[in-house]
Amino acid sequence: MTARRTRSHMYEKAFIGLALAAVVLPLLLLAVLIADVIVDSSGRLGFDFLTGYPSRKPEQAGILPGLAGSIYLILLTAAMALPVGVGAALYLEEYGKKGRLSNLIEVNISNLAGVPSIIYGLLGLEMFVRTIGLGRSLLAGAGTMALLILPIIIISSREALRTVPLSVREGAYALGATRWQVTRKVVLPMAFPGILTGSILAVSRAIGEAAPLIVVGALAYIAFLPDSVNSPFTVLPIQIFNWVSRPQEEFLKNAAAGSVVLLATLLILNSIAIVLRNRLQKRRTW
Amino acid sequence: MLIETKEKREAPPRVRSANLTEVVAIQNASVKAKLQVEGLSAWFGTNKVLFGIRMQIPENRVTAIIGPSGCGKSTFIRTLNRMHEMVVGARVEGQVRLDGQDIYAQDIDPVLLRRRVGMVFQKPNPFPTMSIRDNVLAGLRLTRALDRGRGEEIVETALRQAALWEELSDRLDEPGGSLSGGQQQRLVIARALAVEPDVILMDEPCSALDPIATARIEDRIHALKEKYTIVIVTHNMQQAARVADRTAFFLLGELIEYENTNDLFTAPKDKRTEDYITGKFG
Repeated sequence: MTARRTRSHMYEKAFIGLALAAVVLPLLLLAVLIADVIVDSSGRLGFDFLTGYPSRKPEQAGILPGLAGSIYLILLTAAMALPVGVGAALYLEEYGKKGRLSNLIEVNISNLAGVPSIIYGLLGLEMFVRTIGLGRSLLAGAGTMALLILPIIIISSREALRTVPLSVREGAYALGATRWQVTRKVVLPMAFPGILTGSILAVSRAIGEAAPLIVVGALAYIAFLPDSVNSPFTVLPIQIFNWVSRPQEEFLKNAAAGSVVLLATLLILNSIAIVLRNRLQKRRTW
Repeated sequence: MLIETKEKREAPPRVRSANLTEVVAIQNASVKAKLQVEGLSAWFGTNKVLFGIRMQIPENRVTAIIGPSGCGKSTFIRTLNRMHEMVVGARVEGQVRLDGQDIYAQDIDPVLLRRRVGMVFQKPNPFPTMSIRDNVLAGLRLTRALDRGRGEEIVETALRQAALWEELSDRLDEPGGSLSGGQQQRLVIARALAVEPDVILMDEPCSALDPIATARIEDRIHALKEKYTIVIVTHNMQQAARVADRTAFFLLGELIEYENTNDLFTAPKDKRTEDYITGKFG
């Protein structure tokens, strides 16, 4: 008895140790990475860097067009992808008939979420840039990004809608509410924090993407800010990629500083979304 | 359509059937039938779960449905407010007349019907994103029937009817999910009452509650039958004996016996009823 118990205790301790390592190691690596990037960017990161335009001289080059382009692109992408994605999820979960067709659609959406982003770039190039004729514009880029994150938003929104218990829906129907009233006033408010969580993850993915935008034709060198949705644009990852591929050693510092800006942008946007979500969540207790 | 039938209520129920005991029992009590069920069968897909039920549910009385698990008692009351058909593949045949009007007729909107036939479920299901006040008003808000300015009055009336006002009058802004199970179930009853239905269906409303909370709900059922017609499904025979004026025994999707509660429990006519109430099965 005692021998077996001590052995199972040993297993448990070993498992806890492994699990702890699995938490600590990635965090450590991430910390090292961030520290390394910050050290590399030393001296470059400053107000001038944030407000400057690209230049042949590394010490004068700034990131403003990339930063502005990234923020515009993300806002546009979210504005396109969120209503469509949540709408699609609502239809599939609340209205659409469950059957072979809906299963087929579900499998396809899951697969789409795994398609490499460069493929979406090619689709965006053919569809938005050429067929619709948007050219190498912010709108074409945002459309491509919206397509890229749409499957993720649909999947996570459906998951969130599924967590609303049948008993609560039935309670609303039994009061004489129509399907739309139940969806709008009972189901959606309960699912909203979950939908937002999925959307934050999806949009975060879009911020870091460079490949599909290169295909769509975002430019590396832009000496002005986008003034409309039809403007050419660049984004932070493309600017960083461009600096990294320069032969001059000095540009690597710019790339590192750009990475810090990209990380900070990501963190700020995510925090805003999370604060927003928590504020909504606070209203309910289970 | 359904709303208009309120004027027709005075018309005597058409009793065409030959089931004399039932007719006599209802007439003796000088009560009219609120709900008349005729040849009602129900299916889940190809699985038939109710077989030609016919019964008359008297107005302003409590009618209990008892029977072992899987006997179709929950399905039965879900056919009375057309919640049964919400399940994919579920369907119904036969008639259910509310004040003489068939609720399965073509021109009946189930959404409007459910405002006249409210329902309380087995598991308390307050809306977690809403405050206690909003939960009570939910039925009116959802359906845009709330008369501004009458909100507070409706909340107080409904909570008093559900015996919650004393406990909760100063906590109306707290979330509905913060209450105990028994309070949640009474909140859900208040929510159903605020819509002012004619009939309240209760599907094992106390099965998740402790004896004290159960006693409170039963006390409410007694008080509420003054104004409402109540149909309660219960797997607890003592509860049926305590709250119901009439009791129906269901077995395997059939109505076996339907009598005044006292008669059913003291002198069951059918052997199967006797076996069930004496605990030989179920």
